[in-house]
Amino acid sequence: MTFRIDKLGVLIVVLAIYGVLSPFATLKANRIVPGEGFDILEALPGGFGRLMLLAVVGGAAMALLRREALWRLLSASVVLAALFACVGLAAAYLTPADNSYARVSPASGFWILLFTFSLLATDGISRMNPRPSVRLLFLALAIGIVSVILLSGLWTDLSVMKEYAARADVFWTEASRHLLLALGSLIAAAVVGLPIGIFCERVPALRSAVLNTLNLVQTIPSIALFGIMIAPLGWIAANVPGAYAIGVRGIGVAPAFVALFLYSLLPIVANTVAGLSGVPRQAREAARGLGMTSAQRLIRVEFPLALPVILTGIRIVLVQNIGLATIAALIGGGGFGTFVFQGLGQTATDLVLLGALPTVALAFASAVVLDALIDMNAVAPPRKDTR
Amino acid sequence: MSRVTPTLLRALLLALLVTFLLAPETFEPLLRPLVQQNAPVIYAQGNLMSLTLQHLATVFAATLAATIVAVSLAVLVSRPIGAEFLPLSRSLVNIGQTFPPVAVLALAVPVVGFGEKPTLIALFLYGLLPIFENTLTGLTTLPRAVVEAARGTGMTGWQRLVKIELPLAMPVILAGIRLSVVISLATATIGSTVAARTLGEVIIAGLQSNNLAYVVQGGLIVGALAVLIYDGFSAVERRLAVRS
Amino acid sequence: MIEIDHVSKVYDGKTVVDDISLTIEPHTIAVIVGTSGSGKTTLLRMINRLVELDAGMVRLDGEDNRTIPGYELRRRIGYAIQGHGLFPHRTVAENIATVPRLNGWDRRRTTEKVRELLSLFQLDPDAFGPRYPHELSGGEQQRVGVARALAAEPNVLLMDEPFGALDPIIRAKAQDDLLAIQKHFGTTIILVTHDMNEAFHLADKIAVMDGGRLLQFGPPDELVRRPATGFVEAMVGAGDRPFRLLSMRRVADAAEAGEASGPALAASMNQQDALAELMWSGRPAAPVVSADGTMTGRVTLDALLKRARGAP
Repeated sequence: MTFRIDKLGVLIVVLAIYGVLSPFATLKANRIVPGEGFDILEALPGGFGRLMLLAVVGGAAMALLRREALWRLLSASVVLAALFACVGLAAAYLTPADNSYARVSPASGFWILLFTFSLLATDGISRMNPRPSVRLLFLALAIGIVSVILLSGLWTDLSVMKEYAARADVFWTEASRHLLLALGSLIAAAVVGLPIGIFCERVPALRSAVLNTLNLVQTIPSIALFGIMIAPLGWIAANVPGAYAIGVRGIGVAPAFVALFLYSLLPIVANTVAGLSGVPRQAREAARGLGMTSAQRLIRVEFPLALPVILTGIRIVLVQNIGLATIAALIGGGGFGTFVFQGLGQTATDLVLLGALPTVALAFASAVVLDALIDMNAVAPPRKDTR
Repeated sequence: MSRVTPTLLRALLLALLVTFLLAPETFEPLLRPLVQQNAPVIYAQGNLMSLTLQHLATVFAATLAATIVAVSLAVLVSRPIGAEFLPLSRSLVNIGQTFPPVAVLALAVPVVGFGEKPTLIALFLYGLLPIFENTLTGLTTLPRAVVEAARGTGMTGWQRLVKIELPLAMPVILAGIRLSVVISLATATIGSTVAARTLGEVIIAGLQSNNLAYVVQGGLIVGALAVLIYDGFSAVERRLAVRS
Repeated sequence: MIEIDHVSKVYDGKTVVDDISLTIEPHTIAVIVGTSGSGKTTLLRMINRLVELDAGMVRLDGEDNRTIPGYELRRRIGYAIQGHGLFPHRTVAENIATVPRLNGWDRRRTTEKVRELLSLFQLDPDAFGPRYPHELSGGEQQRVGVARALAAEPNVLLMDEPFGALDPIIRAKAQDDLLAIQKHFGTTIILVTHDMNEAFHLADKIAVMDGGRLLQFGPPDELVRRPATGFVEAMVGAGDRPFRLLSMRRVADAAEAGEASGPALAASMNQQDALAELMWSGRPAAPVVSADGTMTGRVTLDALLKRARGAP
């Protein structure tokens, strides 16, 4: 076999060298002052530093010399696992004994290496072009590995986890608040948006009016829409009997929920319309010819054929809502944004990470799951990348 | 009649926007009911016009940079020399879109500090994705016969790119830039949480002092800008698309 | 003269063009026929190096076609394809001017050439020049496509199923136009098609390809009389043989002295049509009239039937 040099491999090697030469972990005297950087060999006890370097060199060599997708994915996974383990070890090693103020965080070298080998893993997965079920399996594996690391206590000494330890209760409250906002508003929007979409598709006169209105809603910046919701909801809470009792308030979760709901409507309605209008005319005609009623046609023929497009709308909404729900914190709506904005206020990077990392992970996992669902429901097999 | 109405509405919206920015007091009676008795109605800590211009400048700079980088990258991976990166770049675009703007903004602060910079970085990174995706779609879905004919007439790779492929993909590329600008206009407001001077300042001041008039005026200015820019781009795209 | 000399092309271990040699005389039309996947298009594209060959050599007027860069070569060779491939963002005039501009012609010469070609293809230069391709009918687009291929006055024109997307009536017209144009410029044309009727209508010589190999290369007449293989015979169509032979000859060639009744047949009419006319009108013979209107004799049913059996 020929060992052709791979272009991505060259990029990986360059990035890996840069990553190795940059500090791997930072030790700070407390959570807000700047810290001192340590490279891989300094940051890790004894042989671990050399093992980590060996893993990086091996992974980079594989990237350079092997083009098979599976090998790339496997070697990248090994390096990533080593990185995750070592950053925990470094934290334990660098933290001075009986100093509860000192913080150890991953430094630029860690992030560069993480990015580099995630790139390699992504390349491997894209080249394998796996079936949806296999993609879900990869996701489950990744979640499993991270959970094991978290439960094992390997990361306990990392600064992010110290921030977590200080707010463990609040963290889970905010997490469930975040999910409630993102998922709840999605479900509400689907319940309302699907019928509107079906209706709009049947009554073309309504279509452009409805879609244009929803389009206008999208142009209002999120923080403004969150704010604007405060007034009407405050008024309802004060003047509509029973509204206060079911949780309607001027500030807090309610206006955030309504704002997210409004943002969610456009993708759902627009994709429902697009999905239904995309149903081939022959399929509709055939369904009519077979004597189906209009309701039967909708449920048995049109809806299943439109489902992938509708699911695409739901994917857009879910990923967008998980991101936008962070803004809710600005109007007292809670969610992971609470930590992000607190962290920004205190210039405590680790606190920002405590809010941002779960948000990114949640959005990413939802995207993978929904992409898999979309492909599973596609009538035609998913796109193959051909060159 | 129905063809003239949208143009009239746009002109009216533009006139309203300019009037509001130049003489916000004119609208005081309209916004008055939104605030408590003695609270100020019109944002006074900064000039609305200069904030708007600053907002637009930030969005423009970020979008310009994003356009240059995204179009170059898309051109690169659609050439034989960059073809190895094509599957990877598609996946990266997919993954990149799952990063919430607030997270990007917040994570940029530790690296570059507070102010315009993190906002520019977040807008740049977030703006890359739609432009890259659309450029790639535009360049890879050209009619085969046309690309083939361009080779057959003896154009060099560069001539094909500049004279045939990019002009034909232009409507799709512009649609990407339009999406990117509209997202950036809204996202830039979040930049004010990290002390960037944008219209978000007005909204956040409103949230902090419980002044709904501030929130509404900030939100509506950004909304009006987005609608006008969106329409402008759409008009250019339609004009270009008529020919193909 | 185009010499294709032991040329081969391999894709992923599969030989799509297998050691093909043939020589095409200047100012003639050679048609390559074959089923889809026979390698005919690949062979054509190796001449202007849209596909690089793996073995062998292609010589144009004695010169290896790899001595100049591919794009320079392609500016000297006309190329027209199925579905015309007009640039949708450029006007008809700009489309035709593509290669002259690439070659750096001045504006006046380019404009003149564009007008000349449009007129030649029966398209009014003032009406059609400023239009965009999508405003044209399929037949008009196809003519512009060929005009573009001819704009830089190439000696050689390569055509890949150029009439494939046209309906039968417009296609017949386009084929006649091509013959007229070829006479006008004396261009050497190599045309790929899977339509045997088109091949017989246009070709001076026909090359039959199958599975990447060249089975036979010769004048249409030879393919009918002496097919090299069963495949060639099947391509020609055993049931069509007598008619193919008649279709290649003019009435003038079968005319003899004598008289006949009824409407006269033109001397330039092909013999197949003459036979059909005699059968339809139930006459044993018909008078023949030459282009200038003089009676030159008659053509008989017997004479035509004799020729349909292969007599000279």
